[in-house]
Amino acid sequence: MNEHESEHILPYGFLAQILAGLVLLTAVTVGVSYIDWGFLNVPIALFVASSKATLVLLFFMHIKYEGMVIKVSFISTMLVLAILISFTFWDVAFR
Amino acid sequence: MEQVKSFYETPSPAGLTGIKAWLLTHDHKRLALMYLWAVFFWLVLAVFLGMALRLELMFIGETIMPPEIYNSFFTLHGVIMIFLFVIPAIPAIFGNFFLPIQIGADDVFFPRLNLFSWYLYMFGGLLAVISLFTGDGFADTGWTFYVPFSVTTETNVSLTVTAAFILGMSSMLTGLNFVTTVHRMRVKGMGWLQIPLFTWSIYATAWVQILATPVVSITLVLVVLERFLNIGLFDPAKGGDPLLYQHLFWMYSHPAVYIMILPGMGIISEIIPVFSRKAIFGYKGIVVSSMAIAIAGSLVWAHHMYTSGMSDVSVFVFSLLTYLVAIPTAVKVFSWVSTMYKGSILMTPPLFMSLIFIYLFTVGGLTGLVLGAAGTDIHVHDTTFVVAHFHFTMFGGTGFAFFAGLHYWWPKMFGIMYDFKKAYIAAVLATVGFIFHYIPMFILGMQGMPRRYYDYLPHFETGNFLAGFGGILMVIGIMLMFINLWASFRVREPASADPWGGTTLEWSVPSPPPLHNFVEEPKILEYPYDFSGVLARAAKNKG
Repeated sequence: MNEHESEHILPYGFLAQILAGLVLLTAVTVGVSYIDWGFLNVPIALFVASSKATLVLLFFMHIKYEGMVIKVSFISTMLVLAILISFTFWDVAFR
Repeated sequence: MEQVKSFYETPSPAGLTGIKAWLLTHDHKRLALMYLWAVFFWLVLAVFLGMALRLELMFIGETIMPPEIYNSFFTLHGVIMIFLFVIPAIPAIFGNFFLPIQIGADDVFFPRLNLFSWYLYMFGGLLAVISLFTGDGFADTGWTFYVPFSVTTETNVSLTVTAAFILGMSSMLTGLNFVTTVHRMRVKGMGWLQIPLFTWSIYATAWVQILATPVVSITLVLVVLERFLNIGLFDPAKGGDPLLYQHLFWMYSHPAVYIMILPGMGIISEIIPVFSRKAIFGYKGIVVSSMAIAIAGSLVWAHHMYTSGMSDVSVFVFSLLTYLVAIPTAVKVFSWVSTMYKGSILMTPPLFMSLIFIYLFTVGGLTGLVLGAAGTDIHVHDTTFVVAHFHFTMFGGTGFAFFAGLHYWWPKMFGIMYDFKKAYIAAVLATVGFIFHYIPMFILGMQGMPRRYYDYLPHFETGNFLAGFGGILMVIGIMLMFINLWASFRVREPASADPWGGTTLEWSVPSPPPLHNFVEEPKILEYPYDFSGVLARAAKNKG
């Protein structure tokens, strides 16, 4: 274990703030679903969901405090997922 | 050094005896051997299933089995070969045994997880067997489990895909273990560009295992959900898309062929320099090409779908991307051949099998270009041409690399040497049989013989007969190879620590290695394929 990955215990208060943020964003998800944004319906829902996932990953799963190898591995994984989904659209979008 | 107790005599955890010392072991070498015997079992079973299929096809009409059994047999042949032999064989056996030793470690990073992976592998295999004898029999979908047929067929698809799901988990955890081991357990002083090429190839493979396997796992779960809940994910009548299944399936299953071939390429990259007594040509080129194959190979999945009704833009893009994979693959082939150029070549069974690999794999690769180009692919799509191409790369490639690795590392794993003459005869028989077996399939495919068909028109009979004849010869060759290796346990001709004159770390430890692999601090060479020491020793012994 290298120095960058020393113990990092987050205070309960801070975790409670993150939880509150997640609950708030859930309320936003529900709230925006009552409004018809037209084309933006799906992008907005995805943006809110991604923000929640980012909070969970950064703080609950401690990615923010991990070393570079873990961060790069994680980002590469997300990149692969993005490529897999976007390449499928070469098919779906032009069919 | 020779008096050190081998890992056979030193159980881990200490105190375990008998069968427990194996079934509860944390030692990567014991686990590798446990995989070896399990993989042997599956390989032999799948070879005989394949043989039965070819015997059936030797003559028109029913020869030895009815069509329903034929359908289940080719599914079973595919599922076993892919999920229980080709994917796990090299990483789980040789990767487990040699990756830690090649980087100077005493075990993998997660030894218990390694044991768990083996149990998952065995459990997955067991489920596949159970699915044979329960419900309405083994799946008849082919190993691809394409919807809508896999969702509607009465056969035991749910249990079969559950088996594949569990096997996928085993593969993924093994990959995770290897990536962590390479990052965290390299001996001090070993930089990234001092890692042997076999370990590099296993490392590149491990990333593909980690990133691609979850996709197929989820997809197989979706098939089960469709069968039980009829959700309509792949049903156009309910807003689903049948092509979505094919995309998801090939997102894993195309990278999976690189999971299958990359470790094989790693073995060849080890063997060629050792028996050419010459540093490998283009070490960095091979390292970069391994990673490039892993990355580019993950972006070409839809080349399996040119005739599926996918968009033309997609066909064009994926065809272009497919051609890109040929570049790093060719870099490797040129590097191997260039390594031998002006080398001091010592012919041995591992080198002989590696040469066969290069020849057969190159034919497989070149015929892949026919399939990668959308225009020609449409002509030969779903014909026996595809079967021949696939077997040239996966069997002529990975299969022969596996045989070469087995003959290369056998003395290290068991501390005994085998009979060279019989090994050569077996390899020649298997290769001649292989060529007779698969070349007719190329021709039949171009003539329009569809794959997976139970019966055919009279003008396809000669080709099918020849393929069957070649198959018999090939199976005899493979069995002779295994019998020869098995016979080495009876003769027990001892092998030295370094019978070939290798430079990587596994050749610096006793044969078989002790529990913690190293009896002294491993000496890291500035360059992993520096043969100056080996040549100096050979000259001294001569003088």
